[in-house]
Amino acid sequence: MIPRLLYIPASIGLALLIVPLAGLLLRVDWAGLPALLLSKEALEPLGLSLVTAFISTILCLLLGVPLAVVIARSTPRVAGLLRALVTVPLVLPPLVGGIALLSLLGRTGVLGEYLELVGLRVPFTTAAVVIAQTFVAMPFLVIAVEGALRTMGTRYERVAATLGAHRSTVFARITLPLVLPGLLAGTVLSFARALGEFGATALFAGNQAGVTRTMPLAIYTAFNGSGVTTDQAVALSLLLIAVAVIILVLIGTRRAAVLS
Amino acid sequence: MNRFSQVSPRRRHHGVTAHHRFAPTAVVAASLALLAGCAAPTPASSPTAQAPQTLTIYAAASLSGVFDTLAAQLTTDNPSITVETNYDGSSTLVTQISEGAPADVFASADTRNMDALAADNLVGPSMLFASNTLRIAVAPGNPLGINTLSDLARPNVISVLCAPQVPCGTASATLLGNAGVTLSPASEEQSVTAVVTKVAEGIADAGLVYATDIAANPDRIEGVTPAGAADVVAHYPITIVSDSAHAAAAQAFIDLVLSPKGQSILAAAGFLAP
Repeated sequence: MIPRLLYIPASIGLALLIVPLAGLLLRVDWAGLPALLLSKEALEPLGLSLVTAFISTILCLLLGVPLAVVIARSTPRVAGLLRALVTVPLVLPPLVGGIALLSLLGRTGVLGEYLELVGLRVPFTTAAVVIAQTFVAMPFLVIAVEGALRTMGTRYERVAATLGAHRSTVFARITLPLVLPGLLAGTVLSFARALGEFGATALFAGNQAGVTRTMPLAIYTAFNGSGVTTDQAVALSLLLIAVAVIILVLIGTRRAAVLS
Repeated sequence: MNRFSQVSPRRRHHGVTAHHRFAPTAVVAASLALLAGCAAPTPASSPTAQAPQTLTIYAAASLSGVFDTLAAQLTTDNPSITVETNYDGSSTLVTQISEGAPADVFASADTRNMDALAADNLVGPSMLFASNTLRIAVAPGNPLGINTLSDLARPNVISVLCAPQVPCGTASATLLGNAGVTLSPASEEQSVTAVVTKVAEGIADAGLVYATDIAANPDRIEGVTPAGAADVVAHYPITIVSDSAHAAAAQAFIDLVLSPKGQSILAAAGFLAP
């Protein structure tokens, strides 16, 4: 039972989200699409994006899951503070993240100055892309896993522990399986976020074909750039939409499989 | 959510695990090691004559087409050299180079951005190699009849300009100032190619771009020469970036650009002599 009037703004809202994508689909030059998608200008950024987003997601898992466990099992006060700190990059415009990373690791940055002395230069490398993606994507994973851990509570873990299970056995046999849906959702979300990352990458990693030009930067370059038609930007956008849809389908089926 | 039921068990659990907490210093050390591992530098190729090497050219957006041609020419003349290019607004490139981007050659669309790098000793001495003037870019056929700079300020005309930091923006401001036209553009773009796109896509009705941009996009935009265009000339300097690991290859490219052959390629693209 909802007021009928709500359907009007609800449909406008839905249209606002969906109609622009439909507009993009209408603009696609389907005949020329295979050539555009098989060109070096499309395949190179796609490969780079998939590889960097994959590495970033692994880093998010390696660093984010322990962080989520620490937050979930801290005292409420510490947990609240840690959660707030983790959320900062999530609500921050990614461009600010890019400037922050440059301020730390740039040539004149706090840490970059010393890295420079030992011959390490992070900005404008593929490593910079990975760091930028991890920076913006990890909060998604931490929040998802931490939420799952909190909802789960510690009852089963404590029972297992009282039955004599080792701490690592409890983690592997009780904690991980129980947070699996949250872990999967968080992993997929952070992968999607890493794949779409633009702002921090543009400032911190630059826009060099084959090195730091990921899909979003390739779309920006194709649309704003030199001589390349905007058809290329549309084609690349279509590719990212396809990846996003595949990811959503994956979440849907995996979650159903885990829950059943 | 069942918050209240969880608080007390978590506290008790916390009491059990307290002596096994993560050591924060170890975590920080591990993350730094990870960062360093990511950033392991690729071995720099030596600038010897025949060893294959990749020359990275950072050039003003307006040079994109013609520098692709010149880069191809360089590879034809020196098969051991492959060229990577990065075209963007000169001011964006200046920021990237001063933050340590691995450029070998830098070509700017004005001397001001070049001087900014030279002041910090980030580039060597530069040479002027071309010049350019502005045109009003309009849709093919000029449907709105835009013929003068003051037409850009008409209420029914959506105009876009380059941002004042980029060379085409500086030149546009001078041109408009000389003509006494004040204009609030619908958008200030970070490179001239972005202005070209906006007009070519019909997002904007008109914009100030270089004569060479009109020549490079004959089917997409049409050029109108505004009064006083010849008085506002953009000069293009080129130089080797101080940190370049491929100085010899960089010099070879600059020599090509300044050679009669390079100059004729630039002239064919509509660039004027320096």
